[in-house]
Amino acid sequence: MSYQAPIKEQQFVLETIACINDFAVFPAFENATPDVVDAILSEAGKFSAGVFAPLNKVGDRHGATWSDGVVTLPEGFQAAYKQYVDNGWGSLGADTVHGGQGLPFVLATAVQEQMTSANMAFSLCSMLTLGAIEALQVHASDEQKKLYLTKLVTGEWTGTMNLTEPQAGSDVGALRTKAEAQADGTYRINGSKIYITWGEHDCAENIIHLVLARLPDAPPGTKGISLFIVPKFIVNSDSTIGARNDVRCVSIEHKLGIHASPTCTMSFGDNHACIGYLVGAEGAGMRAMFTMMNHARINVGLQGVAIAERAMQGAVLYAKDRVQSAKFGGPGREAVRIIEHVDVRRMLMILRSTTEAIRALTYLNAACVDRAHAETDPDKQKAAHGLADLLTPVTKAYATDMGVEMSALAIQVFGGMGYVEETGAAQHYRDARIAPIYEGTNGIQALDLIGRKLPMDGGVHWRNLFSDVRSFTNSLPKSGDLGLLKPYLEDALEALNTATVWMVGNDGPDANDSAAGASLYLRMFGITMGGWLLAKQAVAAQDKLAAAEGDQSFLKAKIITARFFCEQILPQAVAMLGPVTRGDSLMMALSDEQFLVA
Amino acid sequence: MRILVPVKRVVDYNVKVRVKADQTGIDLANVKMSMNPFDEIAVEEALRLREKGVATEVVVVSIGIQQCTETLRTALAMGADRGILVKTDVGTESLMVAKILAKICADEQPGMVILGKQAIDDDANQTGQMLAALLGWSQGTFASKIVVDGAMVVVTREVDGGLETINLKLPAIISADLRLNEPRYASLPNIMKAKSKKIDEKTPADYCVSDATRLQTIKVTEPPKRLAGVKVKTVEELVEKLKEAGAIA
Repeated sequence: MSYQAPIKEQQFVLETIACINDFAVFPAFENATPDVVDAILSEAGKFSAGVFAPLNKVGDRHGATWSDGVVTLPEGFQAAYKQYVDNGWGSLGADTVHGGQGLPFVLATAVQEQMTSANMAFSLCSMLTLGAIEALQVHASDEQKKLYLTKLVTGEWTGTMNLTEPQAGSDVGALRTKAEAQADGTYRINGSKIYITWGEHDCAENIIHLVLARLPDAPPGTKGISLFIVPKFIVNSDSTIGARNDVRCVSIEHKLGIHASPTCTMSFGDNHACIGYLVGAEGAGMRAMFTMMNHARINVGLQGVAIAERAMQGAVLYAKDRVQSAKFGGPGREAVRIIEHVDVRRMLMILRSTTEAIRALTYLNAACVDRAHAETDPDKQKAAHGLADLLTPVTKAYATDMGVEMSALAIQVFGGMGYVEETGAAQHYRDARIAPIYEGTNGIQALDLIGRKLPMDGGVHWRNLFSDVRSFTNSLPKSGDLGLLKPYLEDALEALNTATVWMVGNDGPDANDSAAGASLYLRMFGITMGGWLLAKQAVAAQDKLAAAEGDQSFLKAKIITARFFCEQILPQAVAMLGPVTRGDSLMMALSDEQFLVA
Repeated sequence: MRILVPVKRVVDYNVKVRVKADQTGIDLANVKMSMNPFDEIAVEEALRLREKGVATEVVVVSIGIQQCTETLRTALAMGADRGILVKTDVGTESLMVAKILAKICADEQPGMVILGKQAIDDDANQTGQMLAALLGWSQGTFASKIVVDGAMVVVTREVDGGLETINLKLPAIISADLRLNEPRYASLPNIMKAKSKKIDEKTPADYCVSDATRLQTIKVTEPPKRLAGVKVKTVEELVEKLKEAGAIA
């Protein structure tokens, strides 16, 4: 099933939700003029569809293979990656001093969405590289930046994040990989890491691993963690490539999905000669990782958007083609295309409106990151920063959950053919399933939201956000299409506000009550954001229609999808208030033994 | 050597076109427009010749409404050096286009004009030939391979019976066929550079060419719908039907 980038939709969200047309006034983003944005979306869309998408199925069927420490990607991946590098797509968001284009993160996000829809497994390679670039831009020394950044920005070298160890998954502080200082200022790294995405491959001449490790005298937990650069090949001071470092991929995992993304077990220092270079100060590794993770969490949320979009495209094309059964209730007994059946329509409307909701949320989150970076007014900067932080766990968890649910729903549209691998619908579901797990499980995101993000700065960020939603809702007309949205939004916001007040009120012994409701609370938050952002787009669409601007059919559809989401999905948020606030008693009521019945 | 590449803004090849209700033409409202795919091949070939050192400059020209600038920017993002927009709201009939291009050739003195063999909107397949006639230059149409050899260019043409190879004296007009090359994707740095590349804006009057239309469109209709077939039970019956239809004697 082919992929076509939803450029008109992406442009609309960038314009109405991310407000990208205001970005060019920021000195940091002076190149981000509307014509450049349009040209980039359209050319990157062509590239994704023409180069990455054709490799999606072969990547799934054949996957990455491991032999004696060497990881080989399926045929075509090397050449496609080279084309990606040659065309400079990896450099979009990076600083201009390191050869990047210095364009907004939200634009990079839109381009990354296209690449991910086209081929999620492949897009992970660039996603990890972008994370490494981000961490080095902020925390590395000037000398390290000079040595590593330029080639990471072009994509000639790729980057990885090495956190997880068998005993240190969600609990990063439990990691044991050791680093010992040497007389020459470098460190010897010793240990092993698991689940290292694109940890070894044959698409780039060097791989720059960012590795979390502990010094011999480091305190336990996250405070004792430092960050190291461990290149696959040592980089000489003149930037040429030197000796092979003592780091190896000892195996790759056999996984449910993303088969073309090698998930590696890495071994550092088998011959006691693995050289690492400290980034930032000793013990500051966790902080550096957070820089990387905030971007990465938005990018993983984006994978939910991308896979939902791709799954929806397949489902719509199939539904328009497949003829089966007469319409329920007639008239006529002739079999029709299944897109004419109401229940299939219901599924397609859920697919479309949910995909649009999570796209808007993700782009808004990315735009807040940009504003936090570019705003010169300190108050506005702080507000943007706070909102970006608040939304990040919601984007990550809600969008990736929807990625799974939407790709499952797309299979349902295909019926039996969706369960058969041939149609490609099943692959999206398998690929999507990792996203709620990695980059902090969605359970961790929910705890991050209630434990860290809501109380941040005395709760000013969620209060500001809710008050924005409230004044938007108040500004809606009483009648007409937009008026129909109003009561649904009011009810959802009211419920979310009540749940939030309850959440932040539980401290001390009651904290577990909040934790019990956290995941569902995050869902409620996400759905309410979705309703708000689709309603905002409906207002923008209405304005454009009134001014006779733009594509009428697209704009009218925007209003319909907003109405559908508000009527059919938003009430779920209201209904969640009860379950969210019931506390932990029933969750803890069974004994451990009672879970399995002999 | 300078190479001139005319590029046309047409309905995107993915779009299923619809006839306007009043049958005066195709409905272009909110339809995605792109560079004519054969012209993209022509731009690609010119860029490759520049990369080989055969050409020194690639100039792209588009004739039509203001939005043709976007088409020129696409060509500039692929790597062309500069653009010329000849603005007209009237229409782009082959002869008018050829006359304007002939004047531009007189100004720019290109060693070669490479253009798509036809545009996918009207499929006229005339402009290159008309331009060659107006200039009195040699022409190599339907090219699937171009090799420049000193003052000559060897063009392999796709003709009905197979491939025909001809030697042309430069300057020459070459029209690109589908298999000449596979156009590149614009790179991000080139997209950014394209923004600052120069596009001259002209009008047909600047070249003393009238943009008045010579052709009159009487009516545009959809192709007739395919009628339902009939099932035959035997081969004999099939033969019978084919004879009835006059398909076989």
